[in-house]
Amino acid sequence: MLRRRLNRLFGGDEKRVDSRTIYVGNRPCPATETFIPPKFCDNRIVSSKYTIWNFLPKNLFEQFRRIANFYFLIIFLVQVIVDTPTSPVTSGLPLFFVITVTAIKQGYEDWLRHKADSEVNKYPVRVLEDGQPARKDSEKIKVGDIVEVVEDETFPCDLILLQSSRDDDTCFVTTASLDGESNHKTHYTVPDMEKDLQSLSATIECEQPQPDLYKFVGRMHIYKPEHDPAVRSLGPENLLLKGATLKNTKKIYGVAVYTGMETKMALNYQGKSQKRSAVEKSINAFLLVYLCILISKAVVCTTLKYVWQSQDGQDEPWYNQKTEKEKGTILYVKMFTDFLSFMVLFNFIIPVSMYVTVEMQKFLGSFFITWDRDFFDPEIEEGALVNTSDLNEELGQVEYVFTDKTGTLTQNNMEFIECCIDGFQYTAFSSELDSFCVTDGPVSTFQEKAGREKEELFLRALCLCHTVQVKEAGPDELGGDQVDGPASEPLRPAEQRGFIASSPDEVALVKGAMRYGFTFLGLESKTMKIKNWQNDVEEYELLHVLNFDPVRRRMSVIVRSKSGDTLLFCKGADSSIFPRVRPEEVERIRMHVQRSATEGYRTLCVAYKRLSVDEYAAADAGLREARLALQDREEKLMAVYNQVETAMSLIGATAVEDRLQEEAAQTMEALQGAGMKVWVLTGDKMETAKSTCYACRLFRRSTELLELTVRTLESGGRRREEMLHDLLFDFHRKAVQDAPPARAGVNRSWSSANPEYGFIVDGAALALVMNPSPDTNCSRYRSLFLQICQNCTAVLCCRMAPLQKAQIVKMVKNSKGSPITLSIGDGANDVSMILEAHVGIGVKGKEGRQAVRNSDYAIPKLKHLRKLLLAHGHLYYIRIAHLVQYFFYKNLCFILPQFLYQFFCGCSQQPLYDAAYLTMYNICFTSMPILAYSLLEQQIAIEVLLDNATLYRDIAKNAMLRWGPFLYWTVLAVFQGLIFFFGVKYLFSNPALQDNGQVFGNWSYGTIVFTVLVFTVTLKLALDTRHWTWINHFVIWGSLAFYVVFSFFWGGIIWPFLKQQRLYFVFFNMLSSVSAWLVIILLIVLSLLPDILLGVLRKPRGPHTQQLSKESLLYVDRYGNGARRFPLAVTCSWRHSG
Amino acid sequence: KYKLDNRKSNVDMFNLTGPSRTNRPDNTAFTQQRLPAWQPILSAGIVIPGFTLIGLAFIGVGVALFVTSQKITDLEIDYTGVAATSPCFKCTSFAAENCMCQMEFTLTTLFEGPVFFYYGLTSYYQNFRTYGVSKDGYQLSGDTYYFNNPQDSCAPYQYDSNNNPIVPCGSIANSMFSDTFQLYQVVNGMKKQVPLDGKGIAWWTDYNIKYSNPALVNGSFANAFSGTVKPVNWSKPVYELDPTDQANNGFLNQNFLVWMRQAALPKFQKLYGRIAEGDYAQGLPAGNYTLLINYSYPVISFGGTKKVVLSNVSWMGGKNQFLGIAYLVIGSLCIVMAMVMLIIYAKYKFTDDDEDM
Repeated sequence: MLRRRLNRLFGGDEKRVDSRTIYVGNRPCPATETFIPPKFCDNRIVSSKYTIWNFLPKNLFEQFRRIANFYFLIIFLVQVIVDTPTSPVTSGLPLFFVITVTAIKQGYEDWLRHKADSEVNKYPVRVLEDGQPARKDSEKIKVGDIVEVVEDETFPCDLILLQSSRDDDTCFVTTASLDGESNHKTHYTVPDMEKDLQSLSATIECEQPQPDLYKFVGRMHIYKPEHDPAVRSLGPENLLLKGATLKNTKKIYGVAVYTGMETKMALNYQGKSQKRSAVEKSINAFLLVYLCILISKAVVCTTLKYVWQSQDGQDEPWYNQKTEKEKGTILYVKMFTDFLSFMVLFNFIIPVSMYVTVEMQKFLGSFFITWDRDFFDPEIEEGALVNTSDLNEELGQVEYVFTDKTGTLTQNNMEFIECCIDGFQYTAFSSELDSFCVTDGPVSTFQEKAGREKEELFLRALCLCHTVQVKEAGPDELGGDQVDGPASEPLRPAEQRGFIASSPDEVALVKGAMRYGFTFLGLESKTMKIKNWQNDVEEYELLHVLNFDPVRRRMSVIVRSKSGDTLLFCKGADSSIFPRVRPEEVERIRMHVQRSATEGYRTLCVAYKRLSVDEYAAADAGLREARLALQDREEKLMAVYNQVETAMSLIGATAVEDRLQEEAAQTMEALQGAGMKVWVLTGDKMETAKSTCYACRLFRRSTELLELTVRTLESGGRRREEMLHDLLFDFHRKAVQDAPPARAGVNRSWSSANPEYGFIVDGAALALVMNPSPDTNCSRYRSLFLQICQNCTAVLCCRMAPLQKAQIVKMVKNSKGSPITLSIGDGANDVSMILEAHVGIGVKGKEGRQAVRNSDYAIPKLKHLRKLLLAHGHLYYIRIAHLVQYFFYKNLCFILPQFLYQFFCGCSQQPLYDAAYLTMYNICFTSMPILAYSLLEQQIAIEVLLDNATLYRDIAKNAMLRWGPFLYWTVLAVFQGLIFFFGVKYLFSNPALQDNGQVFGNWSYGTIVFTVLVFTVTLKLALDTRHWTWINHFVIWGSLAFYVVFSFFWGGIIWPFLKQQRLYFVFFNMLSSVSAWLVIILLIVLSLLPDILLGVLRKPRGPHTQQLSKESLLYVDRYGNGARRFPLAVTCSWRHSG
Repeated sequence: KYKLDNRKSNVDMFNLTGPSRTNRPDNTAFTQQRLPAWQPILSAGIVIPGFTLIGLAFIGVGVALFVTSQKITDLEIDYTGVAATSPCFKCTSFAAENCMCQMEFTLTTLFEGPVFFYYGLTSYYQNFRTYGVSKDGYQLSGDTYYFNNPQDSCAPYQYDSNNNPIVPCGSIANSMFSDTFQLYQVVNGMKKQVPLDGKGIAWWTDYNIKYSNPALVNGSFANAFSGTVKPVNWSKPVYELDPTDQANNGFLNQNFLVWMRQAALPKFQKLYGRIAEGDYAQGLPAGNYTLLINYSYPVISFGGTKKVVLSNVSWMGGKNQFLGIAYLVIGSLCIVMAMVMLIIYAKYKFTDDDEDM
């Protein structure tokens, strides 16, 4: 810490220029006159929060920052300072208990972190010193050190790759532990690096550490004695990240640029946004109410005390003279201390142990999600992952589901279906795996052909324009197997040959090309090899890759063929390609693209361009310059890309099918049945997305679609803004004003009389709505838009940029009633919306692990969402809601008799219960049953919940924690508190309760009340328990038994540390009195009567649920098994029947 | 700061072995939330008979309690002396010392024994907090160290004005009830004393364990208390409380023990003695009685009253109508509710059930 602060002081100049200079090998360079070794942090990883020395103060400080703990600390201090009715122990012990439990837990976690830290920090590494590798601990690495890493080792810090043992100056790494992508990624050495690192004299200038794993800009200056300094640009492809593992490469050397806590990995693991659940907000509201009750009780008692004392003879009766000290105190001070005393006396009304119980419940409860075998996916051998346990109950409250399309609704398992070359359609060979139908009549392969030249060009484009790698594993097999030709064995080579790419489309395209006879053999030292129809190997020099990005929505390569032609191949979304090619070519292909899209395929257009020498030179220079830029490199690159990718000619288009996820339709239907509104947010084309929506049954035949897209906006031939205005009002009238009110709670299928609306909006239209031109009424549009959306059964937002996705989520989240939102996605482009929504769910898909890392919960497949929400969410919500209500209830009826007692003891703050009971009530006698309940309760069986999505609506809108139920519980608590107190009071109108005529005193009174209380409160929970496992039996009966045993024990011994043996044999004597027994039984039964009555009069759940589950079994049989591919399935079955 | 899941991500962060380990969750009933469970449902079929049974049982107990309570006779004699006509009026003035007054009463039938003799006070707050803590438990258990050094909780009755330690210290002891009673039956104009047995009126554990007297010093009980003074309001030191019975002195004086057990409510009664000996073992025969009161305990200053209660007890203790009536009311309530539910279910639910079949 200190070091970092010093750094900030002394290294201030560097920081200001937003870059750091690194001396490679920590050697001075000729260019700099004075070599000042810059100070950077060392390579020690400190993820632990505490040391042995600061654990106690720091942990205590952090714990007391929590408002409830602080409150109890204050109460404790008041008890210590002021003369109060109860000893400080009564509130000190529970507080101590809570603090200790939390501290132990946090200490344990920190110990684990320490262990993990030291394992990493002491890891032996080899650092080049005077040309010789020297072993060091990992933590000793300094910025500028040259580090040697061998195969299968992880990089100890962020390194710039200087030298690799591979010939082509590359190395392979896997970043599985960073972002979960297990494919091998290629990284490159700094270009034209000298072989002798010892004599290397260079500096690296790079940006200050930043957490983005995929961004890095830097520049390397290489000084040679006789030459001018050479400058090399450094990008993410030169940077080896700490945590990644070296693969397929014997040895590399790299220079450390970021170390320790400044590595990208460490930066990435710091602080994630804290989401708070709605339940916690309810808790805080209830706490406020109880605080008000507490304060008003104290005020009432203080007032009454002084009113009462003003009567004759009551202030200081002769038998209770005041002490000198009391006499000397000023009246107002006395009043204030009396007020504080009452606060202390009643402070137990705020449940001290609730927070710790809630924490425990959430922490332990989340294990049931990780443990659930239904979430286990055998393919990836992983189950669900819980990144935060704070939101378990929020899963039961979801009102809006925002889902990504690709990889979430669909499998992101691409299959090449057809292509279109120069306007002619080609379909792929049907494989034995997938039945294959064509919608508009048979188009046999190569029936109508485009020119052969065009075909070859198209296939070459497919083979070259990508960033696919061939898996290294079996380079020998390649040659042999490939010779047979693709037609005879269309699939075998594809399966044996592993293609690895960041996006599955690319693999599908390369495989597709292979089916047609053009095979990509691999990339070796910037040479791409492909095998053509003649089985000749063509070689192309890869000059530049213009990477894919979601804004441009296309990627390109520039290659040079053997014949010396420089070619640019570009593929991308139609919208991004069409404007960049000659318009006359577009029409022929557009039709095919649109048809493919309506069938739910993902389409890409392929274009090419022949670059003249001058053009290439210009492009090359532009690209190199942009890549060297330290600032705004992205923007500059983008500009060059856009400049280069113009005036191309369109060759054709491809259609790739993305199959629906397993049970996607059923899941969506279940979510809608549960009353959730499902919004699909996708970057894909409208047609594709729409057909997916149909396939998922989000839209149905009867659904009337309201379309607010660029197409509809421009159709009227008027200005977009006017059109937008008209459309919005039109839709609003249709969907909002004419719609019958309040359809909530009615199942979709029953409301078929009402028209259903589906709303489609695209990115451009959304941008108009969100940021309209200044003269229009911005907020008006927004609210109209929102109202329309909220009244539609499903909303589809297509052509969304990642930020727009988050924007939509935010808009809904902040709308009236602040509904609970859930985002589910699998890709990096979903991260923003996952972070924005109340609950973010990551699908462990194929697009890396970024979504999973940023999510709150991660599941392997979309279909798991159903159980996660309908079963787990529902149960967690019921459990925690009951837990919270019960906690307030049991503390109110605990403290109410003590409050009432004040009226009968001259408001003298006399406690009704013994200190031991006051202390133990919350932490021992009544805590375990509710914890067990809140972990195990299943009011409705999981299967029933899964089968009847409508049950989810019963708990919607925080149903169990609204003021209604809260009032019910409070009234119940007050009722029971009154019964406890007055029941015993009437009994004590004659305190001779034993058959030997002896009388009972005040502690007997309190003990009887307390016994009734503990039994009633526990039995009330027993009444609410619908699911009695042996654990429930154990803790419920165990707690009661423990209470009895404890009371015997506590009253059976003269405790030497107690000044007064108040409870000595009180419990025994109570049990020896028949009247006491009878009154206890009477009061328990009376207190529980209303609850039993209500339980009976409420709709009985038993037969109801059984019946429902029977129905839904039938339902499953009918609709059935596994995923369907909507357009194909429908047409195929139609064919069979026809 | 309360994030419980940090551990996981941080271990993962440095656990660079990759996701290769098989992590299929255990297939146990617990982890899959499929523990065998009993799922009781409060259905009409259980609740209606249940209510009926509870109702009947309660009515039964209620009747027993009510009858028992009815059989108990009690007699209350208020002798505060507020009214000028009261025989004890003369004792209420400050000047009166060692004032004796007599209350007369007549029994028309036999007052069945054993008869318990209680004294009762009203508006007397033995449950004041400062009052309740004003004693020294160590002192009362016979620890002589605390004879000379009473605890601070005893203030303002810790030391007297000469700074001598008070034993027993504290407000409770100081305010010990000091009226004494003698009961006479008037037989043929002659007063015949009814023996009041003051033994066994305190809790057994208080007498035998919780309280104990200091060891004798030089064979003398009084010497054990040397250097201490009696409570300010007492007329006799604690070792001379009962002149008639040496064993009933010190902290083990039964009346003292009874007094030290604080009453729960401002209106209370405490046991003074039992009438179970001699001619009165079967109870108090019909006739005229005289209660002779040594009136010394002031209650008028705080608006309280004093009374004597003669009562016999049953297995449920003293006379208390509340319990019997409560049982009867709740028992009948249960029965009524069972009936109502039966009607409701007969009308609505049974038809539903048929449909379900």
